[in-house]
Amino acid sequence: MATLSLYGQSILVLASLILFTSFALLAQTRALPLIRLFAWQGILLAVTTALVAWVTHQPHLYVSALLTLGLKALLIPWLLIRLVNRLGLHNEVENPKANALVLLGAAALTVFCYEIALPIMRLSTLLTRNVIAVSLAVVLLGMLLIIVRSKAVTQVVGFMCMENGLFFAAVVATYGMPMVVELGVAFDVLIAAILFGLFFLQIRDSIDSLDIDRLSRLRETDE
Amino acid sequence: MILVLGYGAVVLPFAAALIALLSDLFPRTVRAGFFLLLAAGGGVSVVAGVGCLLTGGIVTGQLGLGLPGLAWHLRLDPLSGFFLAVTGIVVVAVACYGPAYVRQYQNGQQPLSALGFFTGIFVAGMQLVLLANDVFLFMLAWEIMSLSSYFLVTYQHQHAANRRAGFLYLLMAEGSALLILLAFGILAAFAHGLTFGALRAAHVPVEWATAAFVLALLGFGLKAGLVPFHVWLPEAHPVAPSHISALMSGLMLKVAVYGFIRFVYGLVVHIQWRWGLAVLILGTVSALFGVLYAIMQHDLKRLLAYHSVENIGIIFMGLGLSMIFIGTGHPVLGVLGLIAALYHTLNHALFKSLLFLGSGAILLRTHEGDLEHMGGLIRRMPQTALLFLIGCLSISALPPFNGFVSEWLTFQTALQVSVLSNTVLRAVLPVSAALLALTGALAATCFVKVYGVAFLGRSRTRRIRHAREVAWGMRVGMGLLALLCLVFGILPTLTIRLIESVPRLLLHRGLPSASVHGWLWLTPVSARVASYSAPLLVLGLVLMLALGYGLLHPRRRRAAIRRSHAWDCGFGGLTPRMQYTSTAFSMPIRRIFSPVWTLKEQTEVQMDDREPLRVAGIRYQLQISDRIWPLLYEPMARGLQLVTRRIGRIQTGRVRTYLAYSFFTLLLLLWLVR
Amino acid sequence: MAGSLTLWSLALLQVLVFIAGAPLLTGWIRRVRSALQNRAAPPIWQPYRELAKLFRKNVVLADEASWIFRTTPYVVLAATVSAAAALPAVATHLPTDAIADVIVLVGFLALARFFLALAAMDVGTAFGGMAASREMMVASLAEPAMLIAVFTLSMTAGSTNLSTAVGYILHSGLVLRPAFVFTLVGLLMVAIAETGRLPVDNPATHLELTMIHEGMILEYGGRHLALIEWASEIKLMIYGVLIADLFLPWGIATRLTVPSLLLGSIALVAKLAFWGGLLAMVETHFAKMRLFRVPEFLNIAFLLCLLGLLSHLILEVAL
Repeated sequence: MATLSLYGQSILVLASLILFTSFALLAQTRALPLIRLFAWQGILLAVTTALVAWVTHQPHLYVSALLTLGLKALLIPWLLIRLVNRLGLHNEVENPKANALVLLGAAALTVFCYEIALPIMRLSTLLTRNVIAVSLAVVLLGMLLIIVRSKAVTQVVGFMCMENGLFFAAVVATYGMPMVVELGVAFDVLIAAILFGLFFLQIRDSIDSLDIDRLSRLRETDE
Repeated sequence: MILVLGYGAVVLPFAAALIALLSDLFPRTVRAGFFLLLAAGGGVSVVAGVGCLLTGGIVTGQLGLGLPGLAWHLRLDPLSGFFLAVTGIVVVAVACYGPAYVRQYQNGQQPLSALGFFTGIFVAGMQLVLLANDVFLFMLAWEIMSLSSYFLVTYQHQHAANRRAGFLYLLMAEGSALLILLAFGILAAFAHGLTFGALRAAHVPVEWATAAFVLALLGFGLKAGLVPFHVWLPEAHPVAPSHISALMSGLMLKVAVYGFIRFVYGLVVHIQWRWGLAVLILGTVSALFGVLYAIMQHDLKRLLAYHSVENIGIIFMGLGLSMIFIGTGHPVLGVLGLIAALYHTLNHALFKSLLFLGSGAILLRTHEGDLEHMGGLIRRMPQTALLFLIGCLSISALPPFNGFVSEWLTFQTALQVSVLSNTVLRAVLPVSAALLALTGALAATCFVKVYGVAFLGRSRTRRIRHAREVAWGMRVGMGLLALLCLVFGILPTLTIRLIESVPRLLLHRGLPSASVHGWLWLTPVSARVASYSAPLLVLGLVLMLALGYGLLHPRRRRAAIRRSHAWDCGFGGLTPRMQYTSTAFSMPIRRIFSPVWTLKEQTEVQMDDREPLRVAGIRYQLQISDRIWPLLYEPMARGLQLVTRRIGRIQTGRVRTYLAYSFFTLLLLLWLVR
Repeated sequence: MAGSLTLWSLALLQVLVFIAGAPLLTGWIRRVRSALQNRAAPPIWQPYRELAKLFRKNVVLADEASWIFRTTPYVVLAATVSAAAALPAVATHLPTDAIADVIVLVGFLALARFFLALAAMDVGTAFGGMAASREMMVASLAEPAMLIAVFTLSMTAGSTNLSTAVGYILHSGLVLRPAFVFTLVGLLMVAIAETGRLPVDNPATHLELTMIHEGMILEYGGRHLALIEWASEIKLMIYGVLIADLFLPWGIATRLTVPSLLLGSIALVAKLAFWGGLLAMVETHFAKMRLFRVPEFLNIAFLLCLLGLLSHLILEVAL
């Protein structure tokens, strides 16, 4: 630890903060703070990317940092907040049972990720290889968020959170993907967000709720 | 010489048991003689045990008793010596306590002779388990212990609940004996002979050793009361007479711990870290669930019985840590964990017996076992109250008492996790240590509740208001245990030096680092890592108390301290019913950890008929039951019933069918032996 | 021998300064809070005046109070001072540091709390029992979080001995450790809960039903109350010094020379002033939580400490 440069240390701190935002997303039960937390995760991601760009002198990473900031920290949260305001979801509180247990499970999941990522980390020669486990954890925690929550807004945030994890892994472990891929993914995410928005309005109109537990007609039962 | 003392430890209680048979003829003399003999047995076993720990020697012997060709092999080594000493201390305390306590049964429905006889046999059986050196004698003594304690549990068999508890206890005890026998059987299959020496020398493949370990863990765990096998414990321990509860909770559970240590460290020898992990997890779960269930009880003895589950869990946590470190190749830390577990064994024997004896004292004077009816006993039974407080402080793991030392050692063991290379272990160990901290804090909460509700405040019922202090013999018995709680808390270094010969025997190394800085300083790993000096702390504490009291106590102002009513918000007239009850005290915990229990809460509000908005009365009902029953035992029982009903179909009731069964059995046997 | 005598007397002096200075910290916090809330501030030595007034007053006992109630103030103060003695405040490697490590320190605070809760139940009123129950609930949940934090730190430093840990942190210089970031926040939350400050408990409330710590000492008066108030002021300072030792140890005297001791004292005062200012800020910014939000608050503290542990395991341990 003491042998790492200041750069390495800051990457580690940022990584742990990103992991923390993932945990905080799991702990947060109200829609607006949830989206705000997601925005913070985007900002942290952008800062990390910019830092990597600065240290490794890779100008194209600045572009991805800007993209991340614009999309994940500003645009998508803004879209989501607007949606929440329009649909009047501020006061909807999710009440996941045994939230403490979910959080402990998330901690166990993180350890599991570390165990899984060990072989990959042994291959890598980068200073920041420890972070791979964190990014994997962020992906899985996003998935966990989707599983344990029933409100559609949370699901979208969980999905975006998974994407954040992948992006983080790409930036830190291999110093970014090729520009074309990155642009493509960013565009995909944006489109996904817009589609989700439209989709919300639709299901809101048809089933009068955004609780996806009510979308359960697709099963083999005799009604 | 030492072995003769060991024999004495078995023979004297046995003699006491025989004498007790006469107690209906000469009640007074026999009672004195019985408890004298029992105390002598306890004293002898302390001497034998401590002597063996000091010398570190091993003595073996052989007696031609029992079946022909199957001589009894006996052995006294530091491990059995340690447990002999623990047993001896508690037996002596109980023998001091007993004479005054059993007087209440003198003209009862049950003969006193039965109580005395089975008590003696029970103690003798426990001592014999500790001395056994072959499978046959071990199982024989184990059964003596289990069966005699069954009769003690059902001593007051006029109550149906006691009979039910006794049956459950018997069932579980026999199940545990069966599992232990199977575990021994696996080892014996690879060994030549049934002595422990032969079993130790056997080369058992890892898979079979693991199978034997699992069976032993289940068997001894059942008897020790690990979650989820604990269900018999809170039923059986409270219904026995209190001094017997002290023996059962304080000692019999320790004999199960002894059996486990003997089996794993003494016979299987090649310990795997995965076993340690299993033991650690079981121990942590037991500790946490034990204390959470305890905190919801309001029957004092039942609460204490659940705390035994918790403490057994802490002991197994120490053992699990020790096994993990041994299995990963860090024997020094393995020694530390083993010492922590043994220390906690000693401590739990002391404070749990003390608390059970204290609850017996309350029962004797008030016939009240329910906390909700107590209150203010500190003014009626001041000395019992002080001794009980020491027990509460010790079990809550507060410095400078003994419970703290063993938990501190367990923490220190868990903290050495950085030597391990496995990440999962590195994450699991600190988390289990944090859960241990939670357990300790919850235990403190529970005993604030117990002491606060039972001894402090105002008396809630008339019986409590008329309680008196108990006889001196009972106070001496409790006082002895309370004193030892303090001594073992203040002098941990000397105690560890004594316990050290157990790991020296089992793991061939001691813990020299613990006492390298003299008796004042306890430094389990090294002075750099952690140190604790209980004597200096106590000195400082006492000095400060004296200084504060001396400076502040008004000698010049002679006037007595003014007494006044407590603050009643100006409404006037505080009554005992306004005090916080035990159920109310544990309400926040109940709310936070609610998924742990099956809770049935009902509140009925009755409105006044004439005034529609006025509440006439509120009725609150709360039922708390163990989750383990519906989860584990009821399905098991249902399955068993299903199977037996299937098998029951072969009972047709026709003679010819039975003849046919015999006929086919005969044919099969003939074919087999052809 | 003369050397060890000097060491012991220095240690004693440190303890005396510690307990004498504790009310000052409380006075400072009140001042800062008044300034933040645009109120006229009481003088900084106001807590001393209050203590002096209480010491002069006569004691009144409730009818039902037993000896537990009367000895508790002394036990609480003695246990708290013992915990304070084990803490390196101005200088490290004093002989008192070795008497107790962090776990023992936590144990002594638990001892004080145990007696305080018993005393609260001793008078036989509903408020006492209620406050005792709540205090024990908060403590039960805070303790595991605290222990996890301590574990993370001691795994980094390889010791639960505070002097050694401080020495290690000083030796390794300024390193950004993610584990420490989380642990610091978690420990701050635990400290707020344990010392009964806002938003967990309101030390200045006047409504019995919302009290935790104040509810327990409702029946105390005179010198008994003075002792308990003083002990809780010392406890507040203990947490401040503990956090300063573990996260900002710079300035503490490692050698026992006059200039370094002087520097250590100045550094300590500065750190405590910062700690007090931080607490006052928190108290000004947050409203008191409902009682059953407190478990959630402590759950988050536990989670933060656990995350600290995890990030220590995952990010800081070299492969």
